[in-house]
Amino acid sequence: MIKTVVSSALPIDEKLRIKKNILTNGKGKKRICIVTGTHGDELEGQYVCFELINKIKANMEKLDGTVEIYPSLNPLGMDSITRGVPNFDLDMNRIFPGNPEGSMAEAAAFAICEDLKGADMVIDIHSSNIFLREIPQIRINVDEAEHLVPYARMLNIDFIWVHESATVLQATLAHSLNRCSTPTIVVEMGVGMRINHSMGNELVRGILNLMKNMGIWEGEISPAVISEPVISNGDNVIFLNADKSGIFLTETRNNTIVEKDELIGKIVDPLSGDILQTIKASERGLLFTIRAYPVVYEGSLIARIYKL
Amino acid sequence: MKKEIIFSMKSPYRDDFRIQAFRFGKGIKTLAIVGAMRGDEIQQQYICSQLIRILKDLEEKGKVAADREILVIPSVNPFSMNVGKRFWALDGTDINRMFPGYDQGETTQRIAASLFKAIEGYEYGIQMASYYMPGDFIPHVRMLQTGYEAVEDAKQFGLPYVCIRQPLPFDTTMLNYNWQIWNTKAFSVYGGQTNHVEDKTSKLTIEAILRFMKNNGLITSVNINPGYLSDIMNEEELITVKSDSGGILYRIKSPYDNVVENETIARVIHPYEGSVISEIKSPCNGVIFFAHNKPLALQGDPLFKIINS
Repeated sequence: MIKTVVSSALPIDEKLRIKKNILTNGKGKKRICIVTGTHGDELEGQYVCFELINKIKANMEKLDGTVEIYPSLNPLGMDSITRGVPNFDLDMNRIFPGNPEGSMAEAAAFAICEDLKGADMVIDIHSSNIFLREIPQIRINVDEAEHLVPYARMLNIDFIWVHESATVLQATLAHSLNRCSTPTIVVEMGVGMRINHSMGNELVRGILNLMKNMGIWEGEISPAVISEPVISNGDNVIFLNADKSGIFLTETRNNTIVEKDELIGKIVDPLSGDILQTIKASERGLLFTIRAYPVVYEGSLIARIYKL
Repeated sequence: MKKEIIFSMKSPYRDDFRIQAFRFGKGIKTLAIVGAMRGDEIQQQYICSQLIRILKDLEEKGKVAADREILVIPSVNPFSMNVGKRFWALDGTDINRMFPGYDQGETTQRIAASLFKAIEGYEYGIQMASYYMPGDFIPHVRMLQTGYEAVEDAKQFGLPYVCIRQPLPFDTTMLNYNWQIWNTKAFSVYGGQTNHVEDKTSKLTIEAILRFMKNNGLITSVNINPGYLSDIMNEEELITVKSDSGGILYRIKSPYDNVVENETIARVIHPYEGSVISEIKSPCNGVIFFAHNKPLALQGDPLFKIINS
């Protein structure tokens, strides 16, 4: 059943509608929500929504509970390849839990939060941005780690990044929901404006596995083996940033173990032909982020390594 | 006047990115002023350019305090202004969401860090700010309630209002918040809109900043009217009037206008048929403090903020 969560009139003959698909069966009372499309340039979640709906519909009798799927929290951004909400300054994932008295985006954020509250689990799927390519990973605030890591391990992803608490992240959907006792896990994978089917399939399998462990899904998980993720421990994530502005060239793929001093890539000047900077791994570890967009300025993030 | 470059960076395809600073007087670091941080804050930059012109003239005439220092940074983001973008052109990040910055971090974190290093340690800080929603304000001084806000000092601008509000989580990365936490008495001055240079509001704002300097003994022998006895108000006290429909907005009332309860202050017009879809009425007697200034209204848009009298 398709339900409209937010409906708001735009100036000219159009309504903004944020919708969800509710799949429900059996007597189970548990509810899991899959949300994505907060940033209009992140598309990986679209494939996950599509595949998950079809896998459940094909075996509806195996469902015992409710699955709610929200493919696009920011439909105007998705439709105009805009990361934020068009005509609004702030990142949508920095205005939660929203404000019913605020602008359209703030009021929508409030309504979304209210709609999700009380779910037994929320999976918030992101796909980095156009600049960075990420391996399938889950990001959890250290304050929520004890409670959420056991669930995150069921999601068939490669890496769990338990990060330090930052005040600004308090305005994210995940923090807002976790704060009101609605467990919410953030998935990051792939790169903006693209869809990687393989990563999507792995996550769909992980979501079904999580549902099975929660008692919502009785179907088989195929293949049954679920990845055991690397879990970050302490402050061992290393950031490699550009020291020079130019074009970043690389042959390196992420989701590999890099050795200390191994070449990650180089920043070049296409006018002079000079190599401006050679970027090497400062430690041995799991390369889980790598720059996807070649134009860089001083400071642009090139790679992230989890030190092993 | 001493002119210096406080930050520069190579660009892959453009001229070097530079942040210029203008220093007046010397000695105790007393006042730092920051202009445009976004590419559409042209009025904010214009105001700083006029302050630099006036301070240069005053300094040559010996009317700037000799033992104290004023620093003016008219633009932190000329690159975005030159290409007509509000935020950092490559990645869309907002420098004013990056404070206190990080000199080993992302590009806009590094810009924020270099700016913060240059303006840290001043007794007073003024940021020429713009609002996240499009609209016109009664010129005012705004500050976050961090526990360090210098509300009484803000009255020295002589602007009609001093507006305070509780910080939200995302405010903790703004310049005003971090300046306060690092012991500068920080004020955000909201004058006119972005993308315009308006004579009336820019003149009022320039006068207010010069009045603040005069009241603090930074400049002398300058003929400025005494300004207003500022009212202090909390943003939560403002009455928000929202649009109940989408359409073409026909605004009737503007900032400074007095309104009475049930008076029509705007109309939302059907975008095709021209009929009035909605009469927007004032819910109270008061004064318009903020008014939406775009010709289109979305359902739920805050159109006005009214000071309830």
